Amino acid sequence: MAGFLAPFRQPRRIVGVMLLMWVPLTLYVMFGDGLGGARFYVLMPAIPATLLLYVLAITSWRESPVALIGATLVFFWLLVAVLVPYLPLVDPNKPMAPFAVIGAVRNDHLFVLGADFKGRDMLARTLWGCQRVLVWGVSATMVAYVVGCLLGLIAGYLSGWWDQGISFVSNVLLSFPVMVLFILILNYLGPSGFNIVIAVTFASAPAIMRIVRGITLDMKSRDYIYAAQTRGEHPLRIMVFELLPNARGPIIVDACLRLGYTTVAITTLTFLGLGLQPPDPDWGLMIKESAKVAMLFKFSYMLLAPALCVSSLVLGFNLMADGLREMSLRD
Amino acid sequence: MEIPVLECRNLSISYYTRQGEVPAVVDFNLRLMPGEAHGIVGESGCGKSTVALAIMNYMGRNGAIVGGEILFEGRDMRTMSAEELRQIRGAKIAMVYQEPMASLNPSMKIAEQLAEVPMYHEGIGEAEALRRAEKMLVQVRLPDPQRIMNSYPHQISGGQQQRVVIAMALLSNPRLLLLDEPTTALDVTVEAGIVDLIKEIARTTGTSLIYISHNLGLILETCTRLTVMYSGEAVESGDIHAVFDEMRHPYTRGLFNSIPLPGADKNSRPLVAIRGQLPLPHARPAGCYFAPRCDHFAAGVCDHRPLPMRAVAEGASHAVRCARFAEIDWAAATLPHTPREKVLAGELVLSVEELTKHYTVESSGAFLVGARRTVKANEQISFAAREAETVAIVGESGCGKSTFAKVLMGLEDATSGRVQLGDLDLANLPVQSRNERTIARLQMIFQNPFDTLNPSHTVGAQISRVIRKFGVERDPEKVEARLNQLLDIIKLPREFAHRRPRQLSGGQKQRIGIARAFAGDPKVVIADEPVSALDVSVQAAVTGLLMDIQRDNRTTLLFISHDLSVVRYLADRVVVMYLGRIMEKGSTEEIFAPPYHPYTEALLAAVPIADTSVRKRRIVLSGEIPSPSNPPKGCPFNTRCLYMMAGTCDAIPPPQREFAAGHVIACHLPRETLLAMEPVISIAPA
Repeated sequence: MAGFLAPFRQPRRIVGVMLLMWVPLTLYVMFGDGLGGARFYVLMPAIPATLLLYVLAITSWRESPVALIGATLVFFWLLVAVLVPYLPLVDPNKPMAPFAVIGAVRNDHLFVLGADFKGRDMLARTLWGCQRVLVWGVSATMVAYVVGCLLGLIAGYLSGWWDQGISFVSNVLLSFPVMVLFILILNYLGPSGFNIVIAVTFASAPAIMRIVRGITLDMKSRDYIYAAQTRGEHPLRIMVFELLPNARGPIIVDACLRLGYTTVAITTLTFLGLGLQPPDPDWGLMIKESAKVAMLFKFSYMLLAPALCVSSLVLGFNLMADGLREMSLRD
Repeated sequence: MEIPVLECRNLSISYYTRQGEVPAVVDFNLRLMPGEAHGIVGESGCGKSTVALAIMNYMGRNGAIVGGEILFEGRDMRTMSAEELRQIRGAKIAMVYQEPMASLNPSMKIAEQLAEVPMYHEGIGEAEALRRAEKMLVQVRLPDPQRIMNSYPHQISGGQQQRVVIAMALLSNPRLLLLDEPTTALDVTVEAGIVDLIKEIARTTGTSLIYISHNLGLILETCTRLTVMYSGEAVESGDIHAVFDEMRHPYTRGLFNSIPLPGADKNSRPLVAIRGQLPLPHARPAGCYFAPRCDHFAAGVCDHRPLPMRAVAEGASHAVRCARFAEIDWAAATLPHTPREKVLAGELVLSVEELTKHYTVESSGAFLVGARRTVKANEQISFAAREAETVAIVGESGCGKSTFAKVLMGLEDATSGRVQLGDLDLANLPVQSRNERTIARLQMIFQNPFDTLNPSHTVGAQISRVIRKFGVERDPEKVEARLNQLLDIIKLPREFAHRRPRQLSGGQKQRIGIARAFAGDPKVVIADEPVSALDVSVQAAVTGLLMDIQRDNRTTLLFISHDLSVVRYLADRVVVMYLGRIMEKGSTEEIFAPPYHPYTEALLAAVPIADTSVRKRRIVLSGEIPSPSNPPKGCPFNTRCLYMMAGTCDAIPPPQREFAAGHVIACHLPRETLLAMEPVISIAPA
């Protein structure tokens, strides 16, 4: 087993496998309609990639049970996201039996998790729902990281006016309550997935910038940075190739945590009607739609299922962050 | 019979890690009588600090004494309760660590921290405790104890901090004082003062000392007995003169051969490094731990255990852990070495003329804006360096040597003056404006081996980058060929190209740093204390390597250092700097013989020399190095100079007096006084 995995442990290959998982998933969710007939096949290469990543993760994080549990939760949802088109599920948007409770059988169909007020199968909706949350949450976090890291590197490495300017803008942005900032931006830009990415970037990038700036300030007086300067390297090259790789430890841990926050934020925004639009299933949307009906205890399952899913995913990200931090401190 | 203060019998200490049990110290014996000073010397990882922690019974959660016993005043410390141990620690056994700042609480005033000790251990009142604390500060010869008492640790200098730590250790009148590298973080002239103080404590208070150090010279100055440790065990112990003059262990002799003593010379008597590396604790050889690196290894004798400490002669206290010490011919010429031809300096490569670098610091308070001060980091530096020559720049912290290196490398602009490399003036040419050829001709080797390489990239990638960047080679295959060639030159296996820096030892990293500097065929290499962070035996190897490469490429080496022993060994010419100014410059022979600048004289006297036949004049400077942002008027050295002439030295900058072609001393003292100086170091006939 270990021998079989060894070739995939090189950082470059791991990134390759990650892309193999991520690109199809993103294409499927973001540009699914444009793919036409190819849509059905797009996710196929992502399935083995996801499985391989999971095996890599659990074999290399064996020393931290916390990280293992976290990774298992996260990869459960990733697997569902890539597998869901091939599962024997009914159409999640098809109204079948309104208010069918958990375990009810209507029209020869077993409603394992019941049906919502429009009669759509909750199981199918819940499983399909993870796709949008995952794809938009991770994309938004990644964009926020690219922007935040770049700003942090510039502020920390070039310092002076660059630092003062970037830090000032960040401080202004950070002084807004996050939700208020989200609502302001999405009200101005209009609700859509891409605008969520922009909103999350505005809200998260300043905090990321601060972390990266701090690490940069600490590292830029190291001898290897002087060595790069004395051989006349371009500042951009020093920032990206000499400084950034050494900041990866804290960045990865923070990214896991932030993925959790972003998941919550996107769900909340959708709940507020500012995020992803119906009819496609989405956990936040499901909570929003069933919020009124679920006042009755009998129908609370309509709320509970998506809420538990969100919690499990967020918990997964957080536990992973904890485990990674624990492991990074141990060495 | 007198009871020893401390006795370690067959002490073995292990740490429990993820790799299982790691023996850190094996079969360690020590007998310390009251008033005695015992040195423990060895390189990093030899277990000397572990011994100290075990004596304090403070090994953390994963360390444990797995065998033997530690008797403190005749009682076994392992059987004492936690409460008894607490009573003893700090009261009867006190410890001084390497980093003074880390030993002091930054949020408490010195007075409170000091008073705490007798208040806790003896239960006396605060007023009495404070009175005693102040008395102790006088005893450790701190000027103005009142002010120190009311300061926070960061408000006093490093040397003063270490004196406070020593005062704190002495306050409870301990029976045993453990000093773990107490001066390693300090400048040489400050170190000399602390060493003087430690000697005085040993003489006057009757406290027994254990002095842990990697520096044999310091041990010679402070101790009467010593133990040499290697890879977790004592290899030689005995009276200091016995061990220094009649060493009987190959490792001890290897150590002495690899430190630059006054007799060593890079051409006629080069240093001999101990080959190989210290074995990792879980990969020690079966027999003698030193066997793989030993020239006297004999199969069947040296490769099995037990290997006890044996007395050199019947009844002697001098003991060694060597199976063959009686068979080795110790009188034979120490170790074979090959004399080399002296390299002749070529034409002028680098000339620095009146180089001045001032920084403007805006000390803006909350409401006061614009209070500007000038930090004079470099003031009128002039010297020249020829091809294949080694020019040493000597100075302690704050002398401006790092600023000088930055100006040279183009990371800072000079305020005025010229730096001529070939026909190009580099003084105001930042590195971005220099062309690749110029950058490649001027490269640098850095001080800290753990910082010099980027931990994220492989060794090969980092060297290849330089090769490509400087356009030495572009073709991937040729780049790799050049990389392999460089690895061969620095004597590391070619597989190391794929390793990351964390997989290398300090010495290996420093070699890679050297390879990186030489990858672009430089004309001038600035080496900023390239070996000062390395272990003694590794130092010799890296220094030797550096000189070999320099010799082959006829490179000019600017060697920045505070260590005059190394400088005397490898430099052709020396520039002595103090607070941004050149105090004295000349050839190495001229610097190390009178006439001296008073600062050079003090520096020479401060460097500990591990040779019992060397006699030094005792010169201990008072006070600390002033801050470069507020240097004294006139001659910067006047606040500490033993020859200070009030009215002259503290008012007028000193004149440059030329004693021989190129030998210049910047001092107000009359020529005759300078010429009449006696040598600091003399070698007594054995």
